[in-house]
Formats: sequence, C-alpha cells, structure tokens
Amino acid sequence: MILRRTCKEAAALMVAREDRALPTLDRIALRLHLFACHACPKFERQMRLMHRAMQRWRNYADD
Amino acid sequence: MSTTPIEGQLAEHRAYLLRFARLQLRNDAWAEDAVSETLLAALAKPQSFANRSQLKTWLVGILKHKVIDILRQRQREVQLVDDDGDGSQELDALLFKADGHYVSEPADWGDPEQELNSRQFFMILEACTEKLPAAMGRVFLMREWLELPSDEICKELKLTPTNLYVQLHRARLRLRECLEINWFGTKPNAMS
Repeated sequence: MILRRTCKEAAALMVAREDRALPTLDRIALRLHLFACHACPKFERQMRLMHRAMQRWRNYADD
Repeated sequence: MSTTPIEGQLAEHRAYLLRFARLQLRNDAWAEDAVSETLLAALAKPQSFANRSQLKTWLVGILKHKVIDILRQRQREVQLVDDDGDGSQELDALLFKADGHYVSEPADWGDPEQELNSRQFFMILEACTEKLPAAMGRVFLMREWLELPSDEICKELKLTPTNLYVQLHRARLRLRECLEINWFGTKPNAMS
C-alpha cells in the first residue's frame, strides 16, 4: 500500500512537481496512479496546458 | 504634437508594461513608478530594434529589474501575512470528496495549441491571476514571471521553503479552478 495514492494525493503531486522535484517513491506512485485512473490524466493535461501557457505568457507571445 | 519615433514606440508598450507591473506588485503607485523608470531608462539609452517584439522584450527585461528593485525596497510591506483563512480548505472541498475522489472529474480542456493561440485565453489567465490574493499573487509571479529561483524568493519575502511551496501550490490550484470555471465553461456565467 506504500504506492497507493488517492486522486487528491495524486493531484497534489502533480501540482507540487511544477515547483520541485518529487521524491522517487512519489514519482513512481504517481505514475502507477495515472495508469489506473480515468480522471487524473485529465488533471495532468490541465496542468500541462497551464505550464505551457505560463511559458508563453512570460515570453510575451500572448499578444 | 510631435513625438520622435522612439517615444512613440515606447508609448505603444506602456499599457502592456503597466499591466504586468500591476499584476506583480499589486500596488498601482509602485507599478506606475516601475513603468516610468523603465521608460526613462529606455529613453536614456535608446537602442534600435528590427521589430516591435524585440523592443518589447527589451522593455520587459528592464521592467523586471525595476520591479525586483521595488520589491526589495518594499520588502517589509510585501511580506506575507498569515492567511490561513484564505479559502484553500474550501477549494479542496470543492474539488475532492472526503475519500480523496474528485467531486466531478476535471474537464477536458481541449487542444492546447488551439487554446494557446487564443488571445482571449490569455486575458482570462490574466484575470484569474489578478484574482489571487495579493501576497499569493506576488509569490506566484515572482516565480512564474520574474523567474526568480526559489531560494531567492524565500530570502526576499522571508519565507521558509515549505511556506513558499504551500503558497505556490494554492496559487496553482486556484488558477486551475478559475480557468476551469471561466474559460472551459463547465459552469457558465461564473466570472464575478
């Protein structure tokens, strides 16, 4: 059960990794969760889109 | 009225610079100062650029330095206040049930390329960033817009690393929620 994560925990990890490297155990647990979960990959795509949006924003490509 | 070319070009970018200075500093007077100093610096040492976007990049570069100077000068005023009552618990409860499952699944945000080419998307992103509580918004933009390293943000704002990550975490969750509501339209008419 050491690798088991709820959606809430998985989402928290996906937010956290925007700002810091995750410990190995969390990284593996997150990957396993994303394989098995229907909803969390959507959350992951949202975070990825936000990441790219911020990148564009600070590179002044927004207007 | 006669404006030399460089002055005209600078004026063109003023509104853009002011928007970002405001967003980062959360104080209109400081933002005006930062932009004025930026434009003065640009006038004092004008350079020629092949196009509009190069000039803008140069100006934003100057602005970022001015903004960092102001954040340093105003250090005591921009330090975080205790904000346990900032609604973050409520935000969590909106998204997750007690057992850790989503209340409702995250929405499909569509094709990133298409969204990111939309001017309106960035307007909403800006509006959502503006809606972050002032202290949280400053921290978030110090990281995402000024691109300061974490340890430097901690030093400037006298934050512990944990505290910094908590602030960034909350800011990201709020932005996600705001975008979902206001751009991806799962709950229409919620922009308020």
